[in-house]
Amino acid sequence: MLEADNLECVRGERRLFAGLGFRLEAGELLYLQGRNGAGKTSLLRMLIGLLPPENGEIRWRGQGIRKLGEDYRAELCYLGHLNAIKEELTPLENLLAAAHLADEELSEDEALDALEQVGLAGREDLACKYLSQGQKRRVALARLVKERRALWILDEPFVALDVAAVGWLAGIVGGHLQRGGLAVMTTHQPVDIPAGQVRELRLS
Amino acid sequence: MLKIILAVVGRDLKLAMRRQADIVSALFFFVIVVSLFPLGIGPEPDLLRKLAPGVLWVAALLATMLSLPRLFADDHRDGTLEQLALAPHPLGLVVTGKVIAHWLVSGLPLALIAPVLGVQFDLSGDALLVLTFAILIGTPALSGIGAIGAALTLGLRGGGVLLSLLVLPLYIPVLIFGAGAVDATVTGLGGEGHLSLLGALTFASLGFAPWASAAALKIALE
Repeated sequence: MLEADNLECVRGERRLFAGLGFRLEAGELLYLQGRNGAGKTSLLRMLIGLLPPENGEIRWRGQGIRKLGEDYRAELCYLGHLNAIKEELTPLENLLAAAHLADEELSEDEALDALEQVGLAGREDLACKYLSQGQKRRVALARLVKERRALWILDEPFVALDVAAVGWLAGIVGGHLQRGGLAVMTTHQPVDIPAGQVRELRLS
Repeated sequence: MLKIILAVVGRDLKLAMRRQADIVSALFFFVIVVSLFPLGIGPEPDLLRKLAPGVLWVAALLATMLSLPRLFADDHRDGTLEQLALAPHPLGLVVTGKVIAHWLVSGLPLALIAPVLGVQFDLSGDALLVLTFAILIGTPALSGIGAIGAALTLGLRGGGVLLSLLVLPLYIPVLIFGAGAVDATVTGLGGEGHLSLLGALTFASLGFAPWASAAALKIALE
């Protein structure tokens, strides 16, 4: 499904990696590992199409992602290390607005249910600027609860989460893999995902 | 296509309503700058009538400039811009929505308050009408052209100054035709020609500017 071929990444004057390739099939998870500055986030940004690779190609279902464009983005869900939530809006408004802009169907009940799952019941109507760092991260992660797009790209999803939330998120990713989804994520703390085939890729 | 534009406009308007200080401060800036001129020049109706179109338009340009640096900067800082760029729509449509929302909270209030300020310059009823109409159809062009500058200077240090240097020269045609329309009405020549050209500028910039801004945003996101 997702293939990367002979990728090369140059940031500034430095070459971060070259000749990198992998292949990911339905139901598989790719863990990206490597020290700080090894190019993990750059690789993720190449996979989502925001950073064009210096060399090489990324293919989705056999076709280059540049050519697929919107069709590829319609199957892609990206969660960066920025939360992409608006401080002035409430968690509920944030979820609904994000779904709206990404052209997804999300009813208010589904959004409320997702917020309850991430432990924000009772905080739906509080502007996000009053939430703690961890709670803001949970608002961002609540998007994943009802997310049915095939490819998830998650940058350090476990940062700022407590132990219970890490377990919950591992379950959500596991469910996604079980439904035949794909996921690529970077993390410094190895977390057991309860389902699916896990592959590892170490950047050095 | 319309759906995504409306979604962006709705979201940006909601955000603007939660942060009314921004709208009010640009509006107050406009009111104060325009009101200082009659006070400084003194009660000379003929001179004031001559100065009015230029003063009102220059103040409108500067007031629009005030809110431009934040057009994309907030979305860039909190990661929303990435998500907008990854949505399954052309980024140009998203930018179109943002430009429309920017006009609704910056250009439209200026047009609504301009006739009140015009009275201070002893403008006739006709001239006030043309002034309002000119600002109404000219300011969307300011938002559109400004979006290109805001996208090009996104994430730069001292971007605000660079933004003015980039955008103000491009505002000159709008200034000339906008002030010219009012001037022509005051002197009795009729401002229709100027207004048509102003309308053409607005259409052209609303059509092209979002796509140029989208291209600049993609570079900023790399």
